[in-house]
Amino acid sequence: MSNAHAANKSSLWDWLTTVDHKKIGILYLISGGFFFLIGGLEALLIRIQLMKPENTFLTGDLYNQVLTMHGTTMIFLAAMPIIFAFMNAVVPLQIGARDVAFPFLNSLGFWLFFFGGVLLNLSWFLGGAPDAGWTAYAPLSTTSSGSGLDFYVLGLQIAGAGTLIGGINFLVTIINMRAPGMTFMRMPLFTWTAFITSGLILFAFPALTIGFFLLMFDRVFEANFFDASMGGNPIIWEHIFWIFGHPEVYILILPAFGIISEVVSTFSKKRLFGYSAMVFATVLIGFLGFMVWAHHMFTVGLGPVANSIFAVATMAIAIPTGVKIFNWVFTLWGGQIRFTTANLFAVGFIPTFVMGGVTGVMLAAAPADYQYHDSYFVVAHFHYVIVGGLVLGLFAGLYYWYPRMFGKMLNETIGKWNFWTFFIGFHLTFFPQHFLGLMGMPRRYFTYPEGFGLGSMNFISTIGAFFMTIGTILFVYNIIITHAKGKMVSGDPWDGRTLEWAIPNPTPHYNFLQTPLVRGLDALWIEKMAGNKKMTPAEPVGDIHMPNNSILPFIMSLGFFIAGFGFIYFNKGGALALVAIIVGLGIGLVCMFLRSWIDDHGYHIHKKDLPKEDKGADL
Amino acid sequence: MKRWLRLGRIVPIFGLMLLGLMGCGNPQMSALQPQGKGAEAAYDLMILSLVVMVVVLVIVFLLFTYVLIKFRKRKGDDSIPEQVEGNHMLELLWTGIPIVLLIILAVPTVMTTFDLAVTEKAASGEEGEEAKKDAPMTVKVTAHQFWWEFEYPELGVVTAQELYLPVDTRTNVELSSADVIHSFWIPSISGKMDTNPGDKLVNKMWLHPEEIGTFQGACAELCGDAHALMYFQVKVVSQEKFDAWVESMKTVKFADASSDVSEGQKIFENNCLQCHAVGDKGGKVGPALTGFGDNEKVAGILDHNKENIMKWINNPHDVKPGNNMPDFNFDDAQLDALSDYLLGLETAK
Repeated sequence: MSNAHAANKSSLWDWLTTVDHKKIGILYLISGGFFFLIGGLEALLIRIQLMKPENTFLTGDLYNQVLTMHGTTMIFLAAMPIIFAFMNAVVPLQIGARDVAFPFLNSLGFWLFFFGGVLLNLSWFLGGAPDAGWTAYAPLSTTSSGSGLDFYVLGLQIAGAGTLIGGINFLVTIINMRAPGMTFMRMPLFTWTAFITSGLILFAFPALTIGFFLLMFDRVFEANFFDASMGGNPIIWEHIFWIFGHPEVYILILPAFGIISEVVSTFSKKRLFGYSAMVFATVLIGFLGFMVWAHHMFTVGLGPVANSIFAVATMAIAIPTGVKIFNWVFTLWGGQIRFTTANLFAVGFIPTFVMGGVTGVMLAAAPADYQYHDSYFVVAHFHYVIVGGLVLGLFAGLYYWYPRMFGKMLNETIGKWNFWTFFIGFHLTFFPQHFLGLMGMPRRYFTYPEGFGLGSMNFISTIGAFFMTIGTILFVYNIIITHAKGKMVSGDPWDGRTLEWAIPNPTPHYNFLQTPLVRGLDALWIEKMAGNKKMTPAEPVGDIHMPNNSILPFIMSLGFFIAGFGFIYFNKGGALALVAIIVGLGIGLVCMFLRSWIDDHGYHIHKKDLPKEDKGADL
Repeated sequence: MKRWLRLGRIVPIFGLMLLGLMGCGNPQMSALQPQGKGAEAAYDLMILSLVVMVVVLVIVFLLFTYVLIKFRKRKGDDSIPEQVEGNHMLELLWTGIPIVLLIILAVPTVMTTFDLAVTEKAASGEEGEEAKKDAPMTVKVTAHQFWWEFEYPELGVVTAQELYLPVDTRTNVELSSADVIHSFWIPSISGKMDTNPGDKLVNKMWLHPEEIGTFQGACAELCGDAHALMYFQVKVVSQEKFDAWVESMKTVKFADASSDVSEGQKIFENNCLQCHAVGDKGGKVGPALTGFGDNEKVAGILDHNKENIMKWINNPHDVKPGNNMPDFNFDDAQLDALSDYLLGLETAK
């Protein structure tokens, strides 16, 4: 990807030490994209196994490992980092900032995620992957033999710390780094959703961290938090997991809502309809997201009172979500709708997500959920919201912001093929699964008997999965073609409305030569309508203060990675494992000490080295 | 053209939905063909929620399709659309109507939630004799990796893998687990409930089958390697047949070893009895085999015949990976005798 940045030739060292939000965004995108391909491959293996009744391609424990890693990889190692890729690439630009609030932490967050993800995936080569589902319910997870679950706990603990750091960083960035005039109610909706998502991360991830510590102590140090025979309680894990897990769903989907809002607005050439209602709906969804976790646990036996409360609370979330859907449709209403690939994905998102939302309300009806729960109906539902919602949103975002991130526009023809194969394949894969569930097929089953009449729908579903694979391959091909043959485009190729399109291409290291003055929602559009070619500056051209690169985040993460290995093999590895723990944590502590001890004031780009004048996007 | 294709896709979707709800799937295991009161209550709620939601879907899809066709950019038209900020009336409308729809759904949801629950009061008879009379019998279900134990404490009967229930009667069920969390699900009779390990986490539900027949039960919570094979059979029979079955189960005694017992029984006594109970003798580690000869399946999944019994005994892990039964390497003659013995474990009919 480095060739995209012709202006600043980058060596490996530069990528390892960078604290530039634009480059960290690219790092997140590449590693998240890589894990997405791995998770997709695992999904394909699952679908091949279920293609026909009593298939023997992938059975028993190996199937459980693949399904666990598919879910875990897709949620923690693909969806989350790609969301962070966009937050990094776009949010500072949308608010008119020169970097995030804590560039060092930004880098640390990435490298923790990266090493955590690598650690988890190494389990494939070191005795087997985790096999208790991405939810890792105890006591199955605490009693699972082998080291798979230890890799799960330690890998995700390290990656999760990175996510938490990233979330805090974006909260502070959005609160403190907005350009003059960029009030909260003038922030683009993607920034708003990034803000709420970061808030959800701040409150949801600590629950997961604690849960992982308890699970780790049960597994590594033989504690009994979840062992009923020793006075523990396995249901506590379910509560902790879903107190994190349900907000996590909104952590994932809210940024997709933001992307759709940006794309729909740009490509219908209209201001977002009902902006303040959209902001309010986002905040409300984030708030309600913490009140509904037990709807994942209707069949656990919490009793009718708890089930009723959580059923009604869950239904309530449909209201702000419905507000969003109608506001998107009315943003399109009366517009000049251009069907670019980005907008195709956004427009495809709307009906698909509505269908996922509809089954969500159906699932909220607790007694009906006694039938849906842990059946393929649920599998269909959450793939409709996560793939049909989030992934279509991410594709829309990629086609939309690719010129901003890499300077080149993805090929539109291949893009449309990409959309149609993926979109049709998606519905083909997951629509029949609603019926499979109602016909009595539980989820996480590696096989089903011949006589149950589940064969034809499963076969259709597998065909759909191959269509999605073709769509994904086309996308990868599109990236290769674009970087090999694509031409650099202007800084504002879509006739954009927000600040990220107000700067030249490639994006200067310092983003904005002069911090822009924001005069309303859709700041760039306002200037365009006023006949200006560029933003009105809020300051004269002057020295620009930038942060220094640092290798410490990389080394610190490497230290925790080594310590993670030590904990995983604590019970089997003897002295070597103990050495790994001490050395690994030692490296981490030394890096923390160095970071605290060495004063790092950054550096200045001097006025004489800067262009004389801001020429806007068409520089 | 593409826009019409998109509209065209919606029609078959609804067609399929209706087709599905008119009763697709196998009636022995489909939530769409309820054969018991619990499944019926869930089904009614499904239909209600589906109708409400289809109304929403139709409105959104029609509006959406209209907008995409009407407001697409036409060549040569470079006018700038009016930059509408929003509309308060519309916002109120699409906040208010969903609230009404959700209330329509929420009320029956809460009522059904309480109907399906076994509350402390109902179980102890405090809620009136009526509730207690409705459920004369309790079955204790204990889930194991990867089989089901069914105990009828009031009747003194223990069995495994095949659950006998009298038709048109409410039976209370107490659910627990011997190892990890499983989930007890008979789609055509009732929704599922988890079986948790530990004495303090016993769950209660009730079953009220309304049709005579054999139904499919399954485990619905990932529980290990053979999770996908943890099926059980539910035999719903008339009250008379049920009483007769109970009587015959109670009269079965494990015949004492003497010179005239079959070769198969000797092998069983020396190798199997430690874990598997027959009649009044035997361990509780594995499924009780009293009345095994009447079963419809071997290990809950294989057809009930001698060949499959032999297959199971010598290679249980090929059939259910990760289960706790040891591999026995009997020779063919032993296997033959043992299988004959097991097939002969019938209750008096």
